[in-house]
Amino acid sequence: MQEIRRPPRLFKNLNAKVAAIPMILTALVVFVGGTVWTVVYSFTNSRLLPRENFVGLQQYERLWATPRWHVAVENIFIYGACTLVFSLVVGFLLAALMDQKIRFENTFRTIFLYPFALSFIVTGLVWQWILNPQFGIEGIVRSWGWESFSFDPLYNANIVIYGILIAGLWQGTGLVMCLMLAGLRGIDEDIWKAARVDGIPTWKTYLFVVIPMMRPVFVTTLVIIAAGIVKVYDLVVAQTGGGPGIASEVPAKYVYDAMFLSQNLGQGFAASTMMLLSVLVVLIPWAYLEFGGRRKHG
Amino acid sequence: MADTGTAAVFAAEPAMRAGAEPRGPRPRKVISRRNILIYGTLFVVALYYLLPLYVMIVTSLKGMPEIRLGNIFSPPIEITFEPWVKAWSQACTGLNCDGLSRGFWNSVRITVPSVILSIAIASVNGYALANWKFKGADIFFTILIFGAFIPYQVMLYPIVILLREIGFYGTLTGLVMVHTVFGMPILTLLFRNYFSSLPEELFKAARVDGAGFWGIYFRIMLPMSLPIFVVAVIIQITGIWNDFLFGVVYTRPDVYPMTVQLNNIVNSVQGVKEYNVNMAATLITGLVPLVVYFISGKLFVRGIAAGAVKG
Repeated sequence: MQEIRRPPRLFKNLNAKVAAIPMILTALVVFVGGTVWTVVYSFTNSRLLPRENFVGLQQYERLWATPRWHVAVENIFIYGACTLVFSLVVGFLLAALMDQKIRFENTFRTIFLYPFALSFIVTGLVWQWILNPQFGIEGIVRSWGWESFSFDPLYNANIVIYGILIAGLWQGTGLVMCLMLAGLRGIDEDIWKAARVDGIPTWKTYLFVVIPMMRPVFVTTLVIIAAGIVKVYDLVVAQTGGGPGIASEVPAKYVYDAMFLSQNLGQGFAASTMMLLSVLVVLIPWAYLEFGGRRKHG
Repeated sequence: MADTGTAAVFAAEPAMRAGAEPRGPRPRKVISRRNILIYGTLFVVALYYLLPLYVMIVTSLKGMPEIRLGNIFSPPIEITFEPWVKAWSQACTGLNCDGLSRGFWNSVRITVPSVILSIAIASVNGYALANWKFKGADIFFTILIFGAFIPYQVMLYPIVILLREIGFYGTLTGLVMVHTVFGMPILTLLFRNYFSSLPEELFKAARVDGAGFWGIYFRIMLPMSLPIFVVAVIIQITGIWNDFLFGVVYTRPDVYPMTVQLNNIVNSVQGVKEYNVNMAATLITGLVPLVVYFISGKLFVRGIAAGAVKG
């Protein structure tokens, strides 16, 4: 009786469910399904085509025995650490300067943020040109008379990753500045007044009052920068193509090359699973702090 | 030199602020050390940020002999638009020599449907999540948001298989679908947050008046949220136009988007490097997002803030 009178629960709110079908498919099939599929197939010896021939951890052993992967991991650590430090420090300093009730704030912000609208390909190609040893910075300084001046990061395997870092910072620091500025604007004006009444110098107010208050902004910015670092691919392809030699390889490029150029799918899957792991290492503590630790700052 | 000018005009403001303090008037300096420091630093940093744009423009307007002689920062002695023409219609990628125009139109054919489709789906989705919550909706939404952090490399190959299964691998349609899928997390979040912030009474009143799911969406929500749609359009146009990875993985060379073609033109190994043509091509590719950026102004900032701070 009850069953007949009540419409089945599946059809309640049917329109909303229909509207959510793309989201459900994306979440389940692409995000969950795709991730699980890749992780599972990273345990196979697939080469040109995916095959269900499971070989345990062999792909991972091979991966960690490959010099190219070591270079890629080392590069992403250097690039990542420098990007985090520099973009946070420079971004915050710029935001603090912009927050001094200056004139032309909009003009400055427009200038600092425009590189963010450009693609990594464009960014990489421009900096490839500026860092060109013959015509770029090195050539100019030498033509001024300093013949022994040397600044050719893109052609020097030891420092090539810093050449990429310069371009990456140019592109991304504006975003950090914007986020920090939004955070600074969220600080109550009374805090500043109170600090001034107490005679605390400005830099101390920033360091011991404002920055701790901006903790959530810093954490979110950190997560955004970190998520971007793992994905670094286009920039390297455009600026150096991984060269000289393999000196500027990054994990994302290793994955692409293994999957689509050298027909070594299993390696690609294993490498991308390692990338996923590194993201989880950042993401899970953050999610715990943000959503699990509500009592702390709720 | 700009600093002294701005500082002079600016002198009134520190004085005003000083008035709020109980410690008496400050000496009125026209150019205070503090202002020199602030404006000086910002000015220098701004120069660093503008430098690459300047170099791009200057290089693209020079002839090759001038580039070989001069330095990259000097303005062109003889302005020529030939590199622009060449980049647009003759530059070679290694496969063909009809310039960037092919990539430009490919990118247009990718960007326009992707923007429309992704925003249509995400806005209806965000509306369902904000106003018509059903059981389990939050679980899918959480997965979606976490999915935004998964490196694309993890999902690259499974999507190749999916697209191959439905016959869209290597086509523009397939790439449009990929962009729609990967735009969904950020856009759904954007729309869900916006629709949740609208007064609930509005929604209830419409329901009492007998409007249904689609009626409320089209007659009330849509007209009320044009600004957020503009923000979404900005996010998507710049994001999709600038994409490289999906373009190179999911399309074939004849439908490569502009970024991929640009990279192939500039980094192709054969032939003499024509730096002026390369810079013209780079500038042309960057022009679309730059124009969107300069026109949209504050909305662009709002877009990245909405996407980033809450994400």
